[in-house]
Amino acid sequence: MTENVAASSNKEPIRASEFDPKFKYELIKMHGGEGLLKCYQCGTCTSDCPVARFSDDYRPRTIIRMAQLGLKDRILKSGTLWLCAACFTCTDRCPQDVEVASVIRVLRNLAAENGCVPQVFKDQACSILESGYAYKIPDLRIKKRESMGLPPLPKGNPEAIRKSLKGVNFMRYIEKKSERNE
Amino acid sequence: MSNNSKYLIFLGCAVPYRVSAYEISARKVLAKLGVELVEMPEFNCCGLPLDPVSHEMMLVLASRNLAVAEKTGLNILTLCPGCAGTLKKVTKILKDDKALREKINAQLKESGLEFKGTVVTKHIMQVLMEDVGVDNIKKSVVKPLTMLKVAEHVGCHLLRPKEYIGFDNPEDPQTLKKLIEATGATCLDYIDETECCGAPSVGVSDKVALQLARDKLNHVKMVDAQALITICAFCHIMFDTNELRIEKMFNEAYGIPILHYPQLLGLALGMKPDELAFNELRVDTSKLLKQINEGAN
Ligand code: SF4
Ligand code: SF4
Repeated sequence: MTENVAASSNKEPIRASEFDPKFKYELIKMHGGEGLLKCYQCGTCTSDCPVARFSDDYRPRTIIRMAQLGLKDRILKSGTLWLCAACFTCTDRCPQDVEVASVIRVLRNLAAENGCVPQVFKDQACSILESGYAYKIPDLRIKKRESMGLPPLPKGNPEAIRKSLKGVNFMRYIEKKSERNE
Repeated sequence: MSNNSKYLIFLGCAVPYRVSAYEISARKVLAKLGVELVEMPEFNCCGLPLDPVSHEMMLVLASRNLAVAEKTGLNILTLCPGCAGTLKKVTKILKDDKALREKINAQLKESGLEFKGTVVTKHIMQVLMEDVGVDNIKKSVVKPLTMLKVAEHVGCHLLRPKEYIGFDNPEDPQTLKKLIEATGATCLDYIDETECCGAPSVGVSDKVALQLARDKLNHVKMVDAQALITICAFCHIMFDTNELRIEKMFNEAYGIPILHYPQLLGLALGMKPDELAFNELRVDTSKLLKQINEGAN
């Protein structure tokens, strides 16, 4: 299997102006990104990645290399970043302790901060703010618990959750959405 | 039998949303084996689903739960490996990093909470292994399932990353196997046992997700397992809810029932399939149950 660049749209030639030489230093300061510079491109992560096996575009080694090179926009705008299943196989097997899955998580966090947030995450965040639960659990299911002999579900405390999350960057995406809903 | 263990049960979001059979069977077997459960006084999502978009938000959500639990003086038992992994990881991160802990505690203070790091989190599999123990389970078995040959799927978040989970061997896990064998059943080895079920890719690329699950089902079928045993809400949904879809899509025929481990254990402890919510399962289990009944006669 050949190693592709992360997304089909990314197969275009790289222009020198695309490199951000300081990007890697930004990443190694972030929690989970510390190991980035230690990668020596052995390919263990990609060869053991279950997603890479079934995807033509997703290659963790390529993502790590692109991050080292500073191809910031290409990575952050690439949809393939969201394919990682967070199975942590790469993290456990990387001979250099790069914590590959965490580096990818750091990149996703940055993509989100730059406005690229798949809808499902916004929906889950909104639901957590409203009820504590990541999914809207239908009333019917909550009522059914009793007939199945299950105790009532513990309640979330939306007001307290909001208070604790004050100042968290990601909140601005959710606040916008809940305003729209009102 | 009593072993005096008492835990706060942390249900998570996926279990009450979609997988009541897991909760019902887990509560029944834990009660029978002397593990007492207390409900969480207050709950919010452990934070894991939002980690990809905001690590910070995940840290706050997880630590809120840990702080709520601390007030009760009890440790946490989870049904979901994702919740267990997250709560364990955040406990370690915040204990090791004082600056981060202070930052998070400043956030929690607003709602009268504080993370001190006194709570231990265990997944149900770990509680069954460490608190109850294989010998006690064996002693409680009244209907040994010796006629069964099954396969197990532990799931990623109970194994990796090993630095935070620190339980079992992620490359060759034994815990679930031993627990299955405690019921009298044989647990078969198969190719790529520790591989991901694909669930986290659902919604991003269903194609990748279903191919991963198909790969696993193929390997399980290859060794003629009569059932696949899971101990995770997401893995169970991935296999049980999607088995028929995968069969159609890839022109396969599996017919492999997917059981929550507590359902298997419950049968061995003498409980009836109805009590263990077998009717909630999608893949037909009637043949399997018949094999069990005939084998036990
Ligand atoms: S396994 Fe580690 S060192 Fe090897 S390519 Fe992947 S990240 Fe780099
Ligand atoms: S954590 Fe992501 S990149 Fe690493 S092996 Fe799993 S799916 Fe691949």
